Amino acid sequence: MSMLTEVWKLMLKRPFTNRFPAKYAPKNVHGFIRRVQAGKAKLVPPIPPPPDFRGRITYEVDKCIGCGLCIRVCPTKAIEFRVLPSEKPAEGEKPKPPKKKVKIYISRCCFCSQCVDICPKDCLHMSDEFLLANENKLAEELIEK
Amino acid sequence: MNDDPTFIIPVGPVHPALKEPIQLVLTVDGERIVGVDVKCSQVHRGIEWLGMNRNNPIQSIYLSERVCGICNVCHPYCMVMAVEEAAGIEVPERADYIRTIVAELERIHSHLLWAGVAAHEIGFDTVFHYTWALREEIMDTIEYVTGNRVTKAIMMIGGVRRDITTERAERIKKATAYYLENFQKIADIFLHDKSIKMRTRNVGILTKEDALKLCAVGPVARASGVPKDVRQDAPYGAYAELDMKAITPDMYNGEIVGDVYDRIIVRLLEVKQSVELINAALDNMPSGEIVAEKNLVKLLAMLKRADGEGIGRVEAPRGEDIHYVRLEKGKEPFMSWKIRAPTYNNVLPWIPMLLGGEIADVPIVAASTDPCMSCLNRVTVVDESRNREFALTKEMMHEMSIRKTRRLMRND
Repeated sequence: MSMLTEVWKLMLKRPFTNRFPAKYAPKNVHGFIRRVQAGKAKLVPPIPPPPDFRGRITYEVDKCIGCGLCIRVCPTKAIEFRVLPSEKPAEGEKPKPPKKKVKIYISRCCFCSQCVDICPKDCLHMSDEFLLANENKLAEELIEK
Repeated sequence: MNDDPTFIIPVGPVHPALKEPIQLVLTVDGERIVGVDVKCSQVHRGIEWLGMNRNNPIQSIYLSERVCGICNVCHPYCMVMAVEEAAGIEVPERADYIRTIVAELERIHSHLLWAGVAAHEIGFDTVFHYTWALREEIMDTIEYVTGNRVTKAIMMIGGVRRDITTERAERIKKATAYYLENFQKIADIFLHDKSIKMRTRNVGILTKEDALKLCAVGPVARASGVPKDVRQDAPYGAYAELDMKAITPDMYNGEIVGDVYDRIIVRLLEVKQSVELINAALDNMPSGEIVAEKNLVKLLAMLKRADGEGIGRVEAPRGEDIHYVRLEKGKEPFMSWKIRAPTYNNVLPWIPMLLGGEIADVPIVAASTDPCMSCLNRVTVVDESRNREFALTKEMMHEMSIRKTRRLMRND
């Protein structure tokens, strides 16, 4: 019985969950997505994540020195070492050593941000992007390099 | 022909979502349960093997976080305590307080989750949704404080990874105020509602003697009147400084029955206790460092040199959790790692709890020890005397449970 009064009260409250992305259910989802992409329709945004949220990892490739410490601490082995082919030296110069970088497979990432903590050059960061679903776990947009 | 009127109902055994895969073999005479057998250890995930062969200690923290989806602070907490003891690392005082606060936040979320599931098992889905809506506040707080809703990734060997800043402390204060305000409401619903009382009073009784004999831990033991709590008996973290006492149901209504209702009382009172502990910890939190060794490369080198063994004991929401770790000099992975999760102890008490009960009570009695309930997905009823077999799914059992509630309501 005590629950009944609560139920009536809850009927007057706003929903606790994220709102549905569209105001009214669209007849054609693909058409709706195309309209959103064309800027004709607007999405109801999800509740924004808090500051210091651990979302998708970002990698600044220019700062990276290829020390490989992130590979050592990554619990899911989501980071792979890669050596870029060395550039062709200019006339009369010594050949440059090949560049050492990493490649991050987001689909394996467990969002612990341990690599961010250990990176000596501060080239890894956690962004607040969290909508990462994809049909292909090796898709181009799920690999940071 | 077989004259024996009993049937055998196997419940389980294997479901990938289970922390500990379990098969229950029930012998029933009509609706009454006359024999119970529990068979465990049927799936091995190899977590300890990974910790001993593939991972370095820092990687193992995040692996231990995934031993259980809900207890994802107490397992790494336990593991880092064991490693710290083995390597002789001193934890700064502030880190101890932060660990305590995060562990208590987790306890609130786990107990509210359980309360919702228990209401669902007896067919009271309104309360289930209501409790989980209340739980959202703690999930949002956890997300704000640790960066993610579920896997908190806050433990580090020798301390914690994130500080509780002023804004985060304010957010936690807001959540604790919210729960103190709403506690009376949820206690009214769970403890004074007629239908919940009917389904849980005198159901699944575990006597004090049985609880002691079968080594029950956590809320299951405390509901049977055994004042057993690691936070009280062997204080770790900041619990020694915070006045902490194990909760037994007689604190609420002066009697101990040891049934499902008592387990509800214990868990709800523990939610309130956790809120008070968090408030006290936030007020007394000292300032200072949050981690013993900031340089992770140095820490890894130190752990590689270390030689020794350690044990971590933590009161998880479900009971006492133990990790044993042995480090060997010159070897980066653990030489030995053994986890004993609380559900391991709380499975054998199912036998005295279920004996004499009804099949419709199996979901709520099993849920009252707070294991994963997915094992009830595949239940086969074998009628040996008539040589036929039919499956009893989780949905059918749930339906039976709801029908029992309705029947009791009508007869009352």
